[in-house]
Amino acid sequence: MNSILHKDYTVVRDDYARAGKVSSDIKATLSTIGIPPSVLRNIAVASYESEINMIIHAWGGDITMDVFDNGTITLVFKDPGPGIPDLEKAMTPGWSTASDEARNMGFGAGMGLPNIKRVSDTFDIETSEKGTTITLGFTVA
Amino acid sequence: MNVQELIEKTGWTCIAAKEHLDRTVGGAYCGDLLSWVMGNGEPEQAWITVQVHMNVIAVAVLREFSCIVIADNASVPEEVLARAEEEGIPLLESGIPVFETAKKLVELGI
Repeated sequence: MNSILHKDYTVVRDDYARAGKVSSDIKATLSTIGIPPSVLRNIAVASYESEINMIIHAWGGDITMDVFDNGTITLVFKDPGPGIPDLEKAMTPGWSTASDEARNMGFGAGMGLPNIKRVSDTFDIETSEKGTTITLGFTVA
Repeated sequence: MNVQELIEKTGWTCIAAKEHLDRTVGGAYCGDLLSWVMGNGEPEQAWITVQVHMNVIAVAVLREFSCIVIADNASVPEEVLARAEEEGIPLLESGIPVFETAKKLVELGI
């Protein structure tokens, strides 16, 4: 399978003002090539939550999007750390380590990772103190 | 009902994106926790919240809400108004608490 559309983005730590910009661009880009609204909505949720996690919890990071010729879309979110100490807890709805600053802005509901997993067709996460990589797959039905 | 009709029937004030009032209001969602709203909101809903920072606009755009209704006289910063204009998401001020705001929508059959 070959990538027919590839984009790279960078997210900056604590840059709350620009949070969501990458997700908006991903959604707009995929919309222009005719990805159905139902798939776009799931991608928007997963992308936004992952982008926010990089801003709130990680030290920023890189996002890549690929659309493949077999009708699948892959999003990879790779950050340089500090990693998720307890992944099982992080996957539990309602559990959060968000800062007071983040909570004051309505983040920290503890729904980020559960939301991402729920709306993605495939979900893979690898984490250590050297960083976290989340790979999400979506199938265009 | 669209956003223009909603404004006419409630008397609420539109403070941003007045060129986009033809958006259909197909329901409503109340919430201030962004991930909760992101995970449970549906397109065309009017989103009632007291959150007024930049990320509210991002969530509304990505979730395809018809408009954002700011309750309880929460004061919206200038840069947030500018982002709402840029993204074409109408911002309304109800001037009443969240519960009263939602009740008004129920009375209108939303």
